Amino acid sequence: MIAAEEVKKAPAAPAAPRAGIAAPLLRWESVLLLCVVAAFAVNAWASPYFLDIWNLSDATFNFTEKAIIALPMALLILVREIDISVASIIALSSVVMGLMAEAGFSTPVIALAGLLTGLLAGAFNGLLVTVFRAPSIVATIGTMSLFRGIAYAVLGDGVLKAYPASFAWFGQGYVWGPLSFEFALFLGLAVVFGIVLHRTTVGRRLYAIGSNPTAAIFSGVAVDRYRFALFALVGLAAGLASVCLTSRLGSTRPSIATGWELEVITMVVLGGVSILGGSGTIVGVVLAAFLMGLVTFGLGLINVPGVVMQIVVGFLLILVVAAPIVIRRALSRRRP
Amino acid sequence: MAAPSLRLSDVTKSFSGVRALTNGSLELVPGQVTALIGENGAGKSTLVKILTGVHQPDDGTIELDGAPIRIRTAADAKRHGITAIHQEAVVFDDLTVAENIFAGERPRNRIGLVDWRVMRSRAAKLLADLDAPFDPDVRVGSLSIAQKHLVQIARALAVDARIVIMDEPTAALSHRETEDLFAIIRRLRAEGRAVLFISHKFEEIFAIADRYTVFRDGAAVGAGRVADATKDDLIRLMVGRSVDQIFPKAVAAIGEEALAVEGLSHPTEFDDISFSVRRGEILGIYGLVGSGRSEVMQAIFGLQPQARGSIRVAGQTVAIRRPHDAIRAGIVYVPEDRQHQGAILKLPIAHNIALPNLGQLSRASFVSLAGERALAGEYASRLQVRMSGLGQLVEELSGGNQQKVVIAKWLATGPRVLILDEPTKGIDVGSKAAVHRFMSELVSQGLAVVMVSSELPEILGMSDRVAVMARGRLRRIVPRSEATAEAIMQVATDA
Amino acid sequence: MTQILKNRDALLALVVAGLIGAAALAYPGFAAPGNLAGVLDDTAILIILALAQMLVILTRAVDLSVAANLALTGMLVAMLNAAWPSGGVLPILVLSVAIGAALGAVNGLLVWRLGIPSIVVTLGTLSIYRGMIFVVSGGAWVNSHRMSPEFLDLIRGTFLGLTILSWFAVAAVVAAAVLLRFTVVGRNLFVAGGNPSAAAYIGVDAGRMQFVAFVVSGAVAGLCGYFWVSRYAIAYVEVALGFELQVIAACVIGGVSIVGGTGTVVGVVLGALFLGIVKNALPLVGISPFWQMAIAGAVITAAVVLNAAQVKAPSRRILKEAEA
Repeated sequence: MIAAEEVKKAPAAPAAPRAGIAAPLLRWESVLLLCVVAAFAVNAWASPYFLDIWNLSDATFNFTEKAIIALPMALLILVREIDISVASIIALSSVVMGLMAEAGFSTPVIALAGLLTGLLAGAFNGLLVTVFRAPSIVATIGTMSLFRGIAYAVLGDGVLKAYPASFAWFGQGYVWGPLSFEFALFLGLAVVFGIVLHRTTVGRRLYAIGSNPTAAIFSGVAVDRYRFALFALVGLAAGLASVCLTSRLGSTRPSIATGWELEVITMVVLGGVSILGGSGTIVGVVLAAFLMGLVTFGLGLINVPGVVMQIVVGFLLILVVAAPIVIRRALSRRRP
Repeated sequence: MAAPSLRLSDVTKSFSGVRALTNGSLELVPGQVTALIGENGAGKSTLVKILTGVHQPDDGTIELDGAPIRIRTAADAKRHGITAIHQEAVVFDDLTVAENIFAGERPRNRIGLVDWRVMRSRAAKLLADLDAPFDPDVRVGSLSIAQKHLVQIARALAVDARIVIMDEPTAALSHRETEDLFAIIRRLRAEGRAVLFISHKFEEIFAIADRYTVFRDGAAVGAGRVADATKDDLIRLMVGRSVDQIFPKAVAAIGEEALAVEGLSHPTEFDDISFSVRRGEILGIYGLVGSGRSEVMQAIFGLQPQARGSIRVAGQTVAIRRPHDAIRAGIVYVPEDRQHQGAILKLPIAHNIALPNLGQLSRASFVSLAGERALAGEYASRLQVRMSGLGQLVEELSGGNQQKVVIAKWLATGPRVLILDEPTKGIDVGSKAAVHRFMSELVSQGLAVVMVSSELPEILGMSDRVAVMARGRLRRIVPRSEATAEAIMQVATDA
Repeated sequence: MTQILKNRDALLALVVAGLIGAAALAYPGFAAPGNLAGVLDDTAILIILALAQMLVILTRAVDLSVAANLALTGMLVAMLNAAWPSGGVLPILVLSVAIGAALGAVNGLLVWRLGIPSIVVTLGTLSIYRGMIFVVSGGAWVNSHRMSPEFLDLIRGTFLGLTILSWFAVAAVVAAAVLLRFTVVGRNLFVAGGNPSAAAYIGVDAGRMQFVAFVVSGAVAGLCGYFWVSRYAIAYVEVALGFELQVIAACVIGGVSIVGGTGTVVGVVLGALFLGIVKNALPLVGISPFWQMAIAGAVITAAVVLNAAQVKAPSRRILKEAEA
């Protein structure tokens, strides 16, 4: 009964400006789009080479792999779960691929092994959460340490780089002119994820689970199956990102992709997916990926070191979560 | 009569525009028990939360011994000698009984450290005074609900509260436990404390209260001495109309068996439950909170995977392992907790109604928006949902209309058996009547209905037969002709 | 529940003792007092941080920023010492606690006042604090010859066979035990985490308790920042990178429930010792130290599953109550 009262007490979301001309402008996606345009303009103004098509193509590499993971991570956060182990899955998957390469397997086998490792690691997370009922935050903090730990245990301070020449295509190849394979893959996946989330029964059920998991169960939605599938999917995407990244770098070290979980999660939250579940769009996540890519690329152009970009990412993460809360409070205070 | 120690005048309170209290007026007198009576949603809980410092009133005055006071925090309430025993047992399961009693005010030694020895001995003394059958060192999580209430009463005595509020303390208690509680309340009264006793069980009010105040729709609509009132007076004040109009009796041809449950058992929650319900019939399920009624219904709907037993729908045995199986077999369940289990408040009405029907509304997994609008529109209008449009979020609807959306979503699946768990809990009188009318209409169309309710008038008015549960077992099934309030309560309280 | 927890502590103590025994079998010198004192010295910082983290987890939050806080504060006090070597250790101690507490207060305020999930807040601040080390240091290292002898020697002194750093850990254990058992603030951490809505009824603001826990966690992380740069005689951007996972691991292994309200000081200390012994024993028994992370990860995962199984049991059982 307290809880029911609490729901009423909570200030209503700023639903008021839903109608009218200003409505589309106030959507989070529109704000993001403006930011993307602004970041693009600033970059173009700051560097005369920025608008070069090959330069733009280069600019996509620094966010594409993270963005590939951000797509399924958005669905996972939408259903109130989280996976902090994604960067470790990349490392584990990269090590498996490195070992396969050492053993002389061909490019398709290596890539498949990388994907499979990601899928299994993700499924393991899903198992911990759905069967053993561990909260996803701690479960994936554990596997974050476990997966990368295995990578270190296997490789120590060594490096694996016996990749066949053809393996380089995933991270360095182009499918059409300056359109890289990676970026084309991301765009294709974004369309698929957008359609699944916004047009299909699966998407409908995911929103239901994220808005109220109990009511979803009581409505006959197989909530745990969806949760498990999403964890496995995030793992698979991390495996895919690992294929691209490993191919791009041409080598595997156990420290590969350290700290990426933060950037992936920031991308999702910046994209307007509520950390409390139930709301968010794929368009938002894609725009957030572009925005973060442009900002980091721009900072790189003016020689800001990577570790300082961390500060920007950290601020962004807190800011995008805090801003709506502060704004909502200010609005509800002004109302009688 | 002594002068009132606490007086509330014209207190109002709104939650994001919804008025929970419009005229909260109340007087509490030392050495007397005042009953606060009202239907769910009448504003009783809001009043309690204002008195205990959880909510702040928008307007109105609170006076203690004639001087106006403000209760901004729980600490303020305590300082003024006001303490509450809540229906849902506000305790800390992982802490001991002693610490729960003194959690707000732990005894400390000279250097300011918590003095566990003093705490334990003072707790032991309080518990002995209350004849509590447990030790101050036990973890509260291991106690029964009645025992947790005792812990809360001990908490009130520990701070020597002048004003003790009891918010439906008997809801989950057996007859015996209620008697024990009354003995304690009489003692509190004899000690000169003012007691506010909230309940909607009239027998209890007549047994224990000296005075009453009735709330309806957020306002005090009547007050007086219990000795001068009859049950009918109080009911009239509560609902604002006479009783027999509320529950339209279902007249329907009873057909063949729709649902049969045999030997349904659960390792910890219920045991050997068997009953059946026919087409056109409403089977009422009555039991106190904690008797296992909701658990049984959830087992039939596939939500209690540990349950064992056989379930037949229209003569066919069905295996139900999850809700999906139940829905396919034609069993649907409208849960008790509408806001957490029934409706998805943050989604539009159309999406709520579509959710269990996505299979029929999609082709190759793509949702047909036109089909969705048609289905949702049809059922929303059949249930007369008051809304601005199908895109409106369910959280913006009133409680009664939210409930209609939940029922609509299930009817759209074309069920054979409709299970309703507390279908009219916390909804306004108008919606309540609409839900009852609709139930009658459904059974006349050949649906079988199982209705769980803790409101005896509802059970007696609507049911063709009444199954009574107590302590995880189905004690008796009473036909309508023999169903009286006394007979049912007798079985339910296991006296 | 207390019974289970007590048993759990005893069980963990047995495991830790067994671990020491096994290491001693493979390498007889391991159980020698001198070596064990060395292990304690090596684990001291982990013990102190884990105890502080426990306070945060008790209130249903988590502080992922401790290692970054430690590294930033460590860098700041190392730079202060390099710039003002004659200042002595006292200002260093005071400042490290103050800086750490301020960084912790940022987390606490965001969690308490804005109600942002602690995991999001501290994931963000972990990144910000780590980045700030680079900003303040310009990416440069502060190594031992730029640190004053007092700065380096304080924690290295010994008393009764244990280093001063170890004695700090012992003091932290005693302080945590007293705080959690005998002070109102300590008990209110259990109240706030055990049932936040009920806490409001008895006048305890659960959010405020989270704030208090974050400030303490930050202050302790700051102090440990000094300990760390002094012990390893170097400060740089990557100090203690990822150490927050070890800290949380110690708590989870020690049986602190991530859903709040339960946990014991003994359990946390044993959890930290477990990790410290594994780390120190591995090279002795001929296993690469690179295995340490994987073992920690496996143990956290196992502990998480174990803890979840305990929580799963429903508290109310109708049939059982009926028999009572």
